[in-house]
Amino acid sequence: MTILPYLLAVWIFLVGLVGIVTSRNLIHLTVCVSICQSATYILLLAIGYKSHGTAPVFADIPTSRKVVDPVVQSLTLTDIVVAVAVSALLLALALKVFEAEGSLDPAEIAELKG
Amino acid sequence: MEPLQIVAMLYVALGALCVVLARDVVRQALVFSLYGFSLVVLFVVFQAPDVALSALVVSGIAYPLVLVGAIARCHGQRKGGGK
Amino acid sequence: MTTRVRLAIFSSGLVLVAALLVDGVSNLPPFGRYAGPYGDIVARLVEPQRHMANAVTAVVFDYRGFDTMGEELILFAAASAVALLLREMRDHDTSDLVEGIRSDALRGVGALAAIVTFVLALQVVAHGFITPGGGFQGGVVLSAAFALVFLTNEYRAYNRLASSSFAEPVEALGAGGYVFLGLLALALGFGFLENFLPFGVTGRLRSGGSAAIVNWSSALAVSGGFALIFSEYLQENVAVRHGRVGK
Repeated sequence: MTILPYLLAVWIFLVGLVGIVTSRNLIHLTVCVSICQSATYILLLAIGYKSHGTAPVFADIPTSRKVVDPVVQSLTLTDIVVAVAVSALLLALALKVFEAEGSLDPAEIAELKG
Repeated sequence: MEPLQIVAMLYVALGALCVVLARDVVRQALVFSLYGFSLVVLFVVFQAPDVALSALVVSGIAYPLVLVGAIARCHGQRKGGGK
Repeated sequence: MTTRVRLAIFSSGLVLVAALLVDGVSNLPPFGRYAGPYGDIVARLVEPQRHMANAVTAVVFDYRGFDTMGEELILFAAASAVALLLREMRDHDTSDLVEGIRSDALRGVGALAAIVTFVLALQVVAHGFITPGGGFQGGVVLSAAFALVFLTNEYRAYNRLASSSFAEPVEALGAGGYVFLGLLALALGFGFLENFLPFGVTGRLRSGGSAAIVNWSSALAVSGGFALIFSEYLQENVAVRHGRVGK
């Protein structure tokens, strides 16, 4: 079970992918895209984890203590905040589609009809 | 791998499934916020307090406001059907 | 192509992608045995070299400050694009809006909560190099303080505090300030975005050097961007709520 967190990330990504394909509402679709993004956060943090390592904040522990990797944490934390702004942009696009077509259903929008 | 980490991972896996299965977008906004909180617990257990703080403020403040604002603008189009 | 055919094609593709991903992650190092040297080097050097207690914030704003500048510009572009898309739908005439919130208790508690959240946000940003925190987290909490004013008070109070004529300059100041600081380091003879101020003492508020200024400018950029996004979305809500759809 040493690859369980990685399998969790793969599971969440596939669940989000299924949600995107079977979605009938553009807002629901945007949330499923965010689910796929959260899978990457879990993958990044799982790669940097060290057994019996602690948080990489040296305020009260000596520098020689074993800590988890701080670099992947920095990538993840800026990513989480920026992803919200990108989701807001996707929702603004969905609002414009609703204004133009009157419906949020991808199946009913002429340009998106598969 | 500690038992606490395994439990947190199970909650996250279940939460992701619930978010996708929630077809009414208002309900999905709430479930997504709760999924964000389960992610916070997972990040704390993975020894990443900065990431947990970031996920907490984002899924507690930013995402619900933006989602509910968008839903309110598209009044009358809440339900997204299933397969 | 009907839905059923589309789903059948997707299912076969999904099985292939799932097999590929599982095969890929099974070749990663086992969970808990991080192998790479970069994280260990940074964790060993961050306190003696930079006098910063929080290694993650040191990586975000000092060691990998260039990546953070790119992320901030993504945020800036996304907030500007939201404003561009939703701006023309807004109604500028707010003089005949009916006040929706009538409870004084709600207004009072909301104002108090907004003040407390504002101070909390400043604390989270300022302690970025000592405890978990920093510009990104504190910036979102700062924008939440303004959103609290909207949710518990009337629209006019929110408009006065965080209208787009106030949020946009703050955001531009933050994003531009980041780049300006990098160029300033370049002009002074250091590398771009290099930490050129004295580092201070680990564990005090005055640690961090010029990365502390970068911390504050990114907090401004993040809070301005989110305040702009919130004001675009929540204004739509208000216009609809009072029965006039801005077209």
